[in-house]
Amino acid sequence: MNEPLLRARDVRKYFPVRSGFLQRTVAHARAVDGIDLDIRPGETLGLVGESGSGKSTLGRILVGLMTPSAGELSFEGREIAGLGGSDLRRSRRQLQFIFQDPNGSLDPRMRVGEIIGEGLHAQGAERDVRNKLVNEMLDKVGLRREAAQRYPHELSGGQRQRIGIARALVLQPKLVVADEPVSALDVSIQSQVLNLLVELKRELNLTYVFVSHNLAAVNYVSDRIAVMYLGKFVELASTEQLRRAPLHPYTRALFSAVPEPIPGRRRQSVVLKGEPPNPIDPPSGCRFRTRCPLARDVCAEREPGLTPRPGDANDHLVACHFA
Amino acid sequence: MADPSTVMEGLATAGLGTEPAVPLPNTDAARSRLRWNVPLVVGLAIVILSTFLAFAAPWLSAHDPLEIADASLSAPSSLYLLGTDQLGRDVLARILYATRTSLSVACLSAALAFVSGTLIGLVAGYASGLVDAFMMRLLDILQAFPALLLAIALVAALGPNLPNLVLTMGVLFTPRFARVARASTLSVRERDYVVAAIGLGVSPIRIMFRHVLPNIAAPLIIEASLTATLAILTEASLSFLGLGVQPPEPTWGGMIAQSTAVMSIAPWLAISPGLAVVFVVVGFNLVGDGLRDAMDPRS
Repeated sequence: MNEPLLRARDVRKYFPVRSGFLQRTVAHARAVDGIDLDIRPGETLGLVGESGSGKSTLGRILVGLMTPSAGELSFEGREIAGLGGSDLRRSRRQLQFIFQDPNGSLDPRMRVGEIIGEGLHAQGAERDVRNKLVNEMLDKVGLRREAAQRYPHELSGGQRQRIGIARALVLQPKLVVADEPVSALDVSIQSQVLNLLVELKRELNLTYVFVSHNLAAVNYVSDRIAVMYLGKFVELASTEQLRRAPLHPYTRALFSAVPEPIPGRRRQSVVLKGEPPNPIDPPSGCRFRTRCPLARDVCAEREPGLTPRPGDANDHLVACHFA
Repeated sequence: MADPSTVMEGLATAGLGTEPAVPLPNTDAARSRLRWNVPLVVGLAIVILSTFLAFAAPWLSAHDPLEIADASLSAPSSLYLLGTDQLGRDVLARILYATRTSLSVACLSAALAFVSGTLIGLVAGYASGLVDAFMMRLLDILQAFPALLLAIALVAALGPNLPNLVLTMGVLFTPRFARVARASTLSVRERDYVVAAIGLGVSPIRIMFRHVLPNIAAPLIIEASLTATLAILTEASLSFLGLGVQPPEPTWGGMIAQSTAVMSIAPWLAISPGLAVVFVVVGFNLVGDGLRDAMDPRS
């Protein structure tokens, strides 16, 4: 493939764990622990994992809402991890974020029109330009233009999430990270919002990173899927490859939990035991070994790298000694 | 009637009046919103009435507050409703005129403290780190002094007049607002809508004034009405000590101070200005409590 839109190299985010009277840092929680990722222009990359796997943290780092503790991050070939102040604010336009909770992410004291237009205001657009773009965006996300005069609490959850989408897309970003964009919504409107995201992607030439633990939703929208476990990728492949032949035992367990749409067809289910280990003190070697059905001695000694499967020409990357 | 649910409801309503920190279930909150907020209504009535009396003082009082009549220390009568003082001045007129001084000092100093304290708290809470630590330690120093002592020292140094009183008390009350504003800012800045604004490239100043400030306004307004109470008491204390607005201008504290020498033969001189202080203080307090009840269950 050609030049990636966003390129991450060995990105890490460690949160200090403080304790005691002096609030000394006693340890670090490794939320994201060495991620390499190339996001290709125009694709939708699904990011899946259990809660606590670091997928939301990684999503926030990708759009600059959080600064990584270490690693390189470049957008269209330009380094963005070190940017600050007004440079950073200008580059925000290209990278936008859709929040999980439409209630908490909209300022209750602002009208919908102001909320959607705020990014344009920050980028220096005049009032009439702003109003025009906000109105167009309201049409695109399927809200009536009158909604601009309303407050968020006057609208339903699905409508509020459309506002969150409109706010992100009105800036004409190139990359949009959506953090569980439908998980806070009623099941009955989840598909509406998913379809809206897919339509807008086609219409506006967007690239998505879709963070979710809802595998059915991720399968539906994604071209490629990255599976995260305890701050690391364990497998990265096209949606088709992952569905047909997941290689990593963790991925297999995850995908076996997705309900089968064809009645009567059963696949064997893999049930994992226990909880994910503490990210403050992850297991030696392979992080999954404590819950892995295939684990042997080598797994505790050597950490498997994320490498192409031997003999497979496609870029199906997996981090397992036995895959 | 020993129906337990009625008892519980009664307890919940009683708790609403005194201890708003207890989170109430939604249904109770909704019910109490529908009911009249008695403290707020009574408090507002008192505050509005006092403000009206202060403005209308020249038309309401039959006598000039500085006019000296022949009858000194005359008891309340139809001519002098609240009697006269040692110099033969009408006590009712003096109380009405003193309301102007008290209310203007209270409101202006509370407003000054509101603006400066909110700004300091907003910046400290939003900037955090060293800026926060530095500003809050400065306020600690200010609060380390006993409030009235510091006020006495400052007014004595600056000179006792209305602008200096407002300035002194404004500075004195600033930490109250700064603490409330900082604490609220610390919680609001973590909300997703503030993170979203940062992600849109909104400048920190605009985030502070457009997103944080409107969302921390409620506790600050409550603080303002409670601070006004404190300001009235402080003003009365200072003028009792002779450091308020200077005679012959009437002040409640000054009138009480003058009355001490003749209190046994003319008790009305001490009682009526004392009641005036109580009346206004209770009014502002009720407004503060009422606002807290009205705003707390929702947030």
